[in-house]
Amino acid sequence: MSNLAFPAESLARTGFAADQPAPALPAERAPLTKKQTAADHPTWCPGCGDFSVLALYYKLIEKRKMEHEKICTVAGIGCSSRFPYFVQAHGAHFIHGRALSFASGISLSRPDLHVFVFGGDGDAFSIGGNHFNHTARKNVKMTYVVMDNFVYGLTKKQTSPTSPIGFKSKTDVWGSMDRPINPLKQALAAGATFVARSTATNIPHLLKMMELAMDHDGFSYIECLSECIEFYPGAFDAANPRKGGAFNEVPAEHDATDEYAAYRLADAAWPGMFGLFYQVQRPTKNTNEAKIVTDLRGKVDGLADWQVLKKSFDRMK
Amino acid sequence: MSESTLAGDAAGNSPQVSSVAEAVIRIAGNSQDGIQAIGGFLARLAGRSEQEVMTFMTIPSTISGGPSIFQVRIGSGEVLSAGDEADVLLCFYDHSYANHISSLKHGGIVLFDSDHVKPSEELLTTYHHIGVPISSLTVEAVGGTGRDKGKNVYALGLIARMFSLDVPKLEQLVRERFAGKDPTIAETALTCFRSGYGHQIQGLFQTFAFHPSESSGQSQVVMSGNEALAFGLIAAGVRFGAGYPITPWSDIMELLRRELPKYGGTFIQTEDEIAAISMALGASYAGRVAVTGSSGPGISLKTEALGWAAMAEMPVVVIDVQRGGPSTGMPTNVEQSDLNIACFGGHGDSPRVVLAPSSVEDCFYTAIEAVNIARKYSTPVLLLTDQGIASRIEAFPYPDLENVCQDISPDFTPVADHKPYDLAAPDGVTRHVAPGTYIASGTYPVVTGLEHDELGHPTGSGKLHTAMNAKRRNKLRKLAEELPVPAVFGAPEGHVLLVGWGSSKGPIEEAVKQARQHGEAISGLHLKHLNPLPNGLEKVFEGFTNVVVVELNDEGLYGQGQLCTLLRARYCDARIRSVTKTDGLTWKVREILDRTLRLTK
Repeated sequence: MSNLAFPAESLARTGFAADQPAPALPAERAPLTKKQTAADHPTWCPGCGDFSVLALYYKLIEKRKMEHEKICTVAGIGCSSRFPYFVQAHGAHFIHGRALSFASGISLSRPDLHVFVFGGDGDAFSIGGNHFNHTARKNVKMTYVVMDNFVYGLTKKQTSPTSPIGFKSKTDVWGSMDRPINPLKQALAAGATFVARSTATNIPHLLKMMELAMDHDGFSYIECLSECIEFYPGAFDAANPRKGGAFNEVPAEHDATDEYAAYRLADAAWPGMFGLFYQVQRPTKNTNEAKIVTDLRGKVDGLADWQVLKKSFDRMK
Repeated sequence: MSESTLAGDAAGNSPQVSSVAEAVIRIAGNSQDGIQAIGGFLARLAGRSEQEVMTFMTIPSTISGGPSIFQVRIGSGEVLSAGDEADVLLCFYDHSYANHISSLKHGGIVLFDSDHVKPSEELLTTYHHIGVPISSLTVEAVGGTGRDKGKNVYALGLIARMFSLDVPKLEQLVRERFAGKDPTIAETALTCFRSGYGHQIQGLFQTFAFHPSESSGQSQVVMSGNEALAFGLIAAGVRFGAGYPITPWSDIMELLRRELPKYGGTFIQTEDEIAAISMALGASYAGRVAVTGSSGPGISLKTEALGWAAMAEMPVVVIDVQRGGPSTGMPTNVEQSDLNIACFGGHGDSPRVVLAPSSVEDCFYTAIEAVNIARKYSTPVLLLTDQGIASRIEAFPYPDLENVCQDISPDFTPVADHKPYDLAAPDGVTRHVAPGTYIASGTYPVVTGLEHDELGHPTGSGKLHTAMNAKRRNKLRKLAEELPVPAVFGAPEGHVLLVGWGSSKGPIEEAVKQARQHGEAISGLHLKHLNPLPNGLEKVFEGFTNVVVVELNDEGLYGQGQLCTLLRARYCDARIRSVTKTDGLTWKVREILDRTLRLTK
């Protein structure tokens, strides 16, 4: 102890008037209205697809009666990743591509929270591609909505990993030449246990997918087409009946536990299918880790932490 | 070996027993021979006999095999370093003999496996040679299976005889080592040990016995720096960590992975270094300081997220077990060349705290301090150790665990309102409320890497950026005010002040002791808090004509080591100079003294 220049202190939390008594938790809680969940006015361009994803998140919070303090909204970097600022809940705006890793740290240490991650295609499949694969593989419990617009918007029109071949951007003035990633196949191959596809223009469908995703015990991923009206206008017209396109839903007879069937659906010709492609129950990282804790805690039953440590130290005498 | 002479009549049949205060034993062989195991037994025995002990080892960076050494210094009094020269050299092969005979003190004993080693004719008069066919005798002892596995324990028996070691204690250690395995393994090992102990060593004219220990009879624990650091984090209340394997950090993550679940925690092996720090930051944000760590190359990868931690004011502890760099460098060698990246690695102005423990015991307590500083100041804290301390085994007083262990569970009591980045906070110190906390005003905070206002919402205001930069910097200035000025080792004034950091403390203090015995006015100062530096060092420097920073890194473009550069920048004092080296080995006392005297003549 004499070596400790900084002994343990009971640290007061800060950032509020210390002389105020702690408020009591309200006994009765009405569902949160949009007025209560909306924070900053979004910085997105008028007409951006992301607005409807945000509106549906508010709606989801209200409909599912989530409590303010239990919601954790996490994002990386990009237009869509500004999300946490627009939601009145505990939020974290992390660095580019690493939102899933950050969110895993929350999810694995706090089973009481709903962890939602929002981001774009660059965050998910380019700079954060590695984390997408591994978070899916580990099946960490959280919901991830990728607002895919097939272009880098925040940096003003560079090629994205989902830009189709031939797309003319500032970094591919002759047209993009690299084969785009198929996010659904990527998610399936990585071992995601919930894979769905929707679009920002079909409100009821997207809400339904978000509800299914939220209820899934594991890593739930929604690929959501969300048009960038500034740098890639009309990208998703083919999937929008109001623009003369076709919104093809996953056939009712599709077996969502059949991985190969899900692959075949994911390979459907543009504009592809929408709906739940794949959902299976596999133990989550959260439950696997919790099981180890339960097993090992059982062996030191009734001991205080310092006594557990003493057992280790006694073996090192 | 002090207080003994090795000049004697080798022909005598019954060896005389000399009492010694300390001894340095170097064991040289290949890495798969179980060299570390013998060293470990000796170190643990010393710990249980209330003696002081320090070890030093080298391991090859190859996957299997390759030359390896383990050096143990056991003393009844204070042991500050692993020793410059060995009193006894045990070598298993010709290459061990050839490479390490020069580390033996003149007149010292070389105990060699005569099945493999052919001693050099011209060295027979310089050192006392004792050959024992260790390999074949081991095979004989275990029943002639033709395999010499167990020759390390046989050799341990020879050493036990030579140093009159406590046999029941050693046998108990051997049994504990193999506890839980097939009982025949322990029995075979004990058979080897007893055969070695019972062997009549030809030509051994003298055996040794250690003085009774000077220590107070206090109970001791024996462990490596990496183990002490990992247990320190657990004692500090850390319950979540994430990491990626890299030498020499991996031991820490392996230990935390095994141990944390016993305390309700978990350690996650991530896909890469970036995910590791990101996950740790997520867990810290969720309410309890988390840990990540690596060695140099991995630390480089973590620096973007470290910048986020500085900006978002998120506490996190980052361990850097330094090795030789840059790039893949010398993965299994000792170096202190990550001070710059620890203090300054990152874009923008991103103040953070850097601490460096100086011994195995200090690893335990510094880990706790790192957690407490991270929490109190809501800041990233880097903890710099190095290969020299990570694998070194030392005995230290059994900590008062009941009082040392702390509970840092998050507080979710509802609050009326909350500003995570309150500019009115005295000294700039604010702390976050964890998600899960109800905020009655209905206004919830965002933690962010964008420059922000007091609630964490983005701002492009230059005025706010200036104010927030000041907030982030001022809280660490406040910390500097609280840091203790370390005590000078030796007299408070003189010709030379040797300044060190990290694992060099032992050799530097031994150098000071030796120099003072020879009438040199040399003192030492050891820094643990490297960023921010404690206030008031300039007053210590005033007492000396020369300030010499002793560090294991390169002198750089401008002729000074990394800490020296930092001190010169801080104090604008041209008396501050450095002696540096990057040969991948810890300091020898003689090196420190020779280099310092040459510099300050």
